[in-house]
Amino acid sequence: MKNRLISDIGGLPEGPLDLAEHEPTMTERRIDAMMMLLRAKPRSFWASDENRRTIENLEPDTYKKSEYYERWVLAMKELLLEKGILTEAEIENKLKEVRSRTEPS
Amino acid sequence: MTGNSGSHGGHDHSHNDFQPDIKEPTENWELLEIALRELLVDKGVLSAREIQDEIEAWEKKSPEKGAEIVARAWVDEEFKARLLEDANRTIQEFGIEVEILKMVALENTPELHHVVVCTLCSCYPRPILGVPPLWYKSKQYRSRVIREPRAVLREFGTKLSDDTEIRVVDSTADCRYLVIPVRPVGTEKMTEEELAKLITRDSMIGTAQARDPIGQRS
Repeated sequence: MKNRLISDIGGLPEGPLDLAEHEPTMTERRIDAMMMLLRAKPRSFWASDENRRTIENLEPDTYKKSEYYERWVLAMKELLLEKGILTEAEIENKLKEVRSRTEPS
Repeated sequence: MTGNSGSHGGHDHSHNDFQPDIKEPTENWELLEIALRELLVDKGVLSAREIQDEIEAWEKKSPEKGAEIVARAWVDEEFKARLLEDANRTIQEFGIEVEILKMVALENTPELHHVVVCTLCSCYPRPILGVPPLWYKSKQYRSRVIREPRAVLREFGTKLSDDTEIRVVDSTADCRYLVIPVRPVGTEKMTEEELAKLITRDSMIGTAQARDPIGQRS
């Protein structure tokens, strides 16, 4: 069988569906909102298929284990770096700050 | 941090702006969201207000828009013909901006039933149906519906006649689908508004049929 992309799962055997409705968390809503704003006019930093391409290029293990919006935020980070909007250093520093702020002291 | 839209004035929440009944972000990816958002706001790429407005706009998007369009197609043959011919242009009559996407309307009949999926990710006609349900994005749905649609439909409680052909269409970043479900029998006297209430989200994805007005669900 040919090598499939990690996202190319059409036709593979899988278990039963979970039809429960899900109320998105604030984090998920924000990720969604930012993604839409960044790729919509007037910014148009990237197109929605670039979003998919970035998600497909995640480490297969990360792709499999991550939640839906987790993949989105990881893709958003990659695209922000790729388009030169943010730098690795900026993100690393900010993450440190956020961690120190949110850790229970 | 961004402004808190909820008002918990009496509470002592000096350190963050999350409402107390919402789980604190603790996962790495949740913290990454905070970091990216704050950087984008600090650099003036996005504003906190815009993000909040976008979230509110999202909450307003719902399958009701799609239901209005389908109800019109049920009562107006000429409209339906135009919708099937050029959905992008026809949907604009409902004040919906369908930016770059190619929208395609597919009519279900007793002989032919369409079901929509996005096998590679989660492409969905958000301008008319809102945000996709979790199952639409699940690997189970994406994997199975193209191979065993009848079994998948049964899990939704949807049983089609064995004579009905099922056609599964795969969405892409640039092409999205709206299913026009079969208008239930016994609805001849109903108004467009009443009909719209029969048209569920799932019936416009094709995993269900429109509600039976007598209240029976098949």
